[in-house]
Amino acid sequence: MNRREFLKRIGVLGGGVIVYFTYGIPLAKAQTARGDLPAFNAFLRIGADGRIACYTGKIEMGQGVITSLAQMAADELNAPFDAIDMTMGDTDLCPWDRGTWGSMTTRFFGPKLREAAAEARAVLLEMAAESLHVPLDRLVAEDGAIFDRTQKSNRITYAQLTKGKVIERHLKGKAVLEDVSKFTVVGKPFLRSDALDKVTGKAEYAGDIRLPGMLYAAILRPPAHGAVLKTVNLSGAKQMLGVVVVQDGDLIAVLHEHPDKALEALTKIRAEFEPSKSTLDDKNIHDHLLSVASEGSIVKQGGSLETGRSLAADLFESTYVNGYVAHAPMETHTALAEVKDGKATIWASTQTPFGVRDQVAGTLGMSSADVRVKPVFVGGGFGGKSASRQALEAARLAKLTGRPVQVAWSREEEFFYDTFMPAAIVKVRSGVNASGSIVLWDYTVCFAGSDGADLFYNVPHHKEISCGSWQGSGGSHPVGTGPWRAPATNTNSFARESQMDIMAAKVGKDPVEFRMAHLEDERMRRVLEAAARKFGWKPSRAPSGRGCGVACGIRSGAYVATMAAVEVDKSTGRVQVKRVVHAQDMGLVINPEGAKQQVEGCIVMGLGYALREEIRFKNGEILDLNFDTYQIPRFSWTPAIETVLIEEDSAPQGGGEPPIVCVGAVLANAVFDAVGARVYRFPMTPDRILAAMKGA
Amino acid sequence: MIEAIQFKLNGEQVRLSVDGERMLLWVLRTDLGLTGPKYGCGQEQCGACTVLVNGEAVLSCQMPVKEVKGKEVVTIEGLAGSGELHPLQKAFIEHDALQCGFCTPGMILKAHSLLIKTPRPTREQIIEGMDRNLCRCGTYPRIVQAIEAASKEVKGGTK
Repeated sequence: MNRREFLKRIGVLGGGVIVYFTYGIPLAKAQTARGDLPAFNAFLRIGADGRIACYTGKIEMGQGVITSLAQMAADELNAPFDAIDMTMGDTDLCPWDRGTWGSMTTRFFGPKLREAAAEARAVLLEMAAESLHVPLDRLVAEDGAIFDRTQKSNRITYAQLTKGKVIERHLKGKAVLEDVSKFTVVGKPFLRSDALDKVTGKAEYAGDIRLPGMLYAAILRPPAHGAVLKTVNLSGAKQMLGVVVVQDGDLIAVLHEHPDKALEALTKIRAEFEPSKSTLDDKNIHDHLLSVASEGSIVKQGGSLETGRSLAADLFESTYVNGYVAHAPMETHTALAEVKDGKATIWASTQTPFGVRDQVAGTLGMSSADVRVKPVFVGGGFGGKSASRQALEAARLAKLTGRPVQVAWSREEEFFYDTFMPAAIVKVRSGVNASGSIVLWDYTVCFAGSDGADLFYNVPHHKEISCGSWQGSGGSHPVGTGPWRAPATNTNSFARESQMDIMAAKVGKDPVEFRMAHLEDERMRRVLEAAARKFGWKPSRAPSGRGCGVACGIRSGAYVATMAAVEVDKSTGRVQVKRVVHAQDMGLVINPEGAKQQVEGCIVMGLGYALREEIRFKNGEILDLNFDTYQIPRFSWTPAIETVLIEEDSAPQGGGEPPIVCVGAVLANAVFDAVGARVYRFPMTPDRILAAMKGA
Repeated sequence: MIEAIQFKLNGEQVRLSVDGERMLLWVLRTDLGLTGPKYGCGQEQCGACTVLVNGEAVLSCQMPVKEVKGKEVVTIEGLAGSGELHPLQKAFIEHDALQCGFCTPGMILKAHSLLIKTPRPTREQIIEGMDRNLCRCGTYPRIVQAIEAASKEVKGGTK
């Protein structure tokens, strides 16, 4: 695409100010995708229609950045919030982006967007100075217009300024940012800008796009991971009226103009599979993982473990374990593909539109420039839609049939192909000296990943090792694994915060007091204090019988402290979480309402991995394939949730992940406080709680 | 078996010639082009496909289309009257009671049916009535608030 074509496509030929910027992603990628265009990977334009458009490769999947990014742009440009149009995840219009994950949108894209907006405002002010014949220092930008401070009627709008002129700028160096205290949009609670479309059914998800002549596909799947197709008889399906049958190597699919008819045709296929050779199941998986774990690498260390051991009056050895946990977004992986005239167009529920573009290009043998991934709303991701196998399947089938094809996974396929939170093991050996100070922390996490493994408590002799990543390595995981909301950090918080409480109980200290005694970091101390104040924490040695717990964590630059009150039914082992207080320092809060929404969502979602969710599997077969046996949190599980956001003017940090990282840990500690039994394995099912109570 | 099926959909009569055993969800989404009802599980486990049949919330993923013959079906597209949002829709917006939005149509219609039966529900009645509808984003607390707020605006489920 040449420059003129590009400008035409983004609608600035009639005039506009356009600011290109980059935000820490390799430029080479952006350049290859853009041909002769200069290197940048995001841009902002102020059009002659007065609309301000922000183009980003990030996507909206419920986390609310469609609103918070617009808030940032509005304030920095002194423009009304509703003059901002967000164009997200269209690979033809939006510059290259690696993907939407890791609570990175606000942290890394946000500040650059602000700088670009500030640069645009500077350009507009210069233009206004010339056009109004007023020196720069007398000009004020407000509400999408610029006026003379001494004579307010001498005024010109951004739209009038940009009409007929095309001004392009590349953000270099640092633009002069608006003082945060002058912000009128950022920091104010804003309701979601996509809400109207979502409550009326107008919001389009990948499965809602309709094209003339489109077919819906149902794909033949193996009964187990590792099962191999031996024989297949397609004649039954072929006899069904209106069914198109495709067999292309490993891809066998039946397609129909109605999705339910395609599913019916699938039941008519007779296929025999060689069983999977896997002997693993959800019971023996942890032994297997330990047997294949590599030596690992050091995440952080200080002092000497040997010295720590010699100083310890009490030693504590624990092993913490979790199983595989599904993402289970309400929308299953879905894609629609059209391949026509040498071009492919894809609508996909994905967290990585540019990854999908390049993979589709590779699969179809096309250039990336001939593949366009178009934006749709994504019905939940949580990390699980970083992988987008369904889009490649749709693209292949569209090419083979010559018609647009939708692939929408059934719930069973969604569970089967999910890239689960990995099963993991953490071994901790810690020690306290005679005066109750921690002197030793010997920590090894296997297969969860290293995020959140580095100790933030003050311990002189410590070593944290991580072996095996969450993606696993050859032969480690018998099922798909991948990033799951705050990868690794839920597992590492569980181990760290449980171990802290074990030591606190042994030395007879209140869990909050014990943590404070080992915390130097002022931010963490402040967050923990804020949580305790809101919760009304009354110091006591655990188990107090009250069912109160505390846990602290750091994730995506944000500091969190979570407190919970639970009730445990001692005869059934069932836990009801009554109340959760969550305090969070996430730097500058862009949209307090959105941030609170994320906190509540994280607390609710976290109940699942803590109390109930675990994928059962055997010999490659996934045994939990729907919500009847795989229970996710419901209305009736939900506690009262109170959020404390610490006012901060420092750089904004992540918000979509941090609030979940302590949910499991805080409940483990609260359960211990309630019944005096510690559960070392997630999820803390009633059976496991009863077993722990028997052993206690 | 292909049969003639007639019912009222969002206030208008529709006549279809379809296999009556096909599930209402797919007939709505494909034959009739109404994509508000969503597929979430296909097994009556999540509530994403909820629609109203004669004012009652039903799970359209397991309801054969022949069973709505002569009845009145309402999907999320038909809930707002002439341009005016239903109080439940307004309350969901005002309470930010959604994130990804995929469960939202089902949630709103389920709540609508709840308010017809129990116009002034207690918090416990809302939780009990809504408990089979799933939201993975975890917006439950806000949905409860939104339904409470809307119940004050709605009389017996109608505006």
